[in-house]
Amino acid sequence: MSLLRCEGLVRRPWIEGFDLELEAGTAVCLRAPSGTGKSLLLRALADLDPVDAGRLSLAGRDRKDMTAPQWRRAVRFVPQTPPRRPGTVADAVREASDLLGSPASTLSDLPLERDLAQLSGGEAQRLTLHLALTSRPEVLLLDEPTASLDDERADEVLETLSKYLASGGALIAATHDAGMAERLGGREVRLA
Amino acid sequence: MNVIELSVLDLSLAAFLLLGHAALDLSLRLGLGRTLLLSALRAAVQLTLLGLILGWIFEQRDPAAVVGLSLLMATIAGIEAVQRTTRRVPGLRVLGVGVMLTSSLAITAYGVGAVVGPEPWWDPRYAIPVLGMVLGNSLTGISLGLETSLEGYDRERSWVEWRLALGATVREAARPIQRRALRAGLLPILNSMAAAGLISIPGMMTGQILGGESPDAASRYQIFILFLIAGAVALGTLAAVLGCTRLVFDQRGRLRVDRITRKVLD
Repeated sequence: MSLLRCEGLVRRPWIEGFDLELEAGTAVCLRAPSGTGKSLLLRALADLDPVDAGRLSLAGRDRKDMTAPQWRRAVRFVPQTPPRRPGTVADAVREASDLLGSPASTLSDLPLERDLAQLSGGEAQRLTLHLALTSRPEVLLLDEPTASLDDERADEVLETLSKYLASGGALIAATHDAGMAERLGGREVRLA
Repeated sequence: MNVIELSVLDLSLAAFLLLGHAALDLSLRLGLGRTLLLSALRAAVQLTLLGLILGWIFEQRDPAAVVGLSLLMATIAGIEAVQRTTRRVPGLRVLGVGVMLTSSLAITAYGVGAVVGPEPWWDPRYAIPVLGMVLGNSLTGISLGLETSLEGYDRERSWVEWRLALGATVREAARPIQRRALRAGLLPILNSMAAAGLISIPGMMTGQILGGESPDAASRYQIFILFLIAGAVALGTLAAVLGCTRLVFDQRGRLRVDRITRKVLD
């Protein structure tokens, strides 16, 4: 049985009848030109945006039978642009711990007292992904996970994602990176 | 009580101050003189009309007239509270009027009926001025609460949605913005209470002293009205902020910033 199943998802005018089956431990990379609804599709899968039609289920359980927080905790969205919020890294870590009910941590090279406003785009993006992996979600929805990173940091992120997949997680990533699917051992889906 | 009555000539003398400022404004080309004069004229017309209407209502001694005027004042205050916001969401006007009607009328009825206890309980000499003060302050609190809420949801969408993505309920996701909106709404009355008696002599106390009341009795009335206003502002702002959250989230707890529109400023 597939972990995440998406049947006939419609979000007009961008998405018309999208189907997908995602098994545990696998990755799907969505590729399409900018502005064709990749991010919107991820947001709809995460239940952050409404859909016009379609059915979603997780491990055979229909999304409508789960509360929105239950669904989002299991099918976790990681935005391309890290959330703009006041405070320090410690505040962001505490927030993730409180909301997920599980201890979160910072990255080894990011001190807790650093002001979030002072982080570079890449640091903020890596921190966001790191926090999103707290209490391992069943599915990760990643919007351009390596877009703000240099090659070295992008490799680190892909390594983290590979470990996540090896632990039984599954992911869908919207990306312009032609080689990401291959490096994650996943498949590529092109949106029209 | 001996009150020195002010004639139209006395008011004209007071208006000289505004004319003087308008002339100065014109010479410095600051562009605010016309607005100042129009606002002053509007206030004078409104207060004159209010004086006439209150005089008529005091003569009627009819509870229906008191209730009718109260409902009208609260409805206008609710509409004005929403009118002051720079962002809108469907249902905001109904929320503003509903909150203003329930919080202000309930608090005023409690304050006048249970605390002051005039005979009859609806005596317009007490009910209308107290309601007016409660409404004026609630209007500021509610409009600031709504403005801060809508601005927060619009500008900090990424943060609110991040909290939702981490499994937050609507209440948890909205809490930082609700807290800030509540603080913004309560700040003016908190400042007023902090300054009362030290930096400023509040309007009601001034009025009562000018009307011949003893400073001691006037101060007690002022404390009473400050408590009443603070209660009404807190209740009204809280209800407005919580209601606003319901308007910007849908039934699945999604933040619907697409519902928020920005008012085009002149």
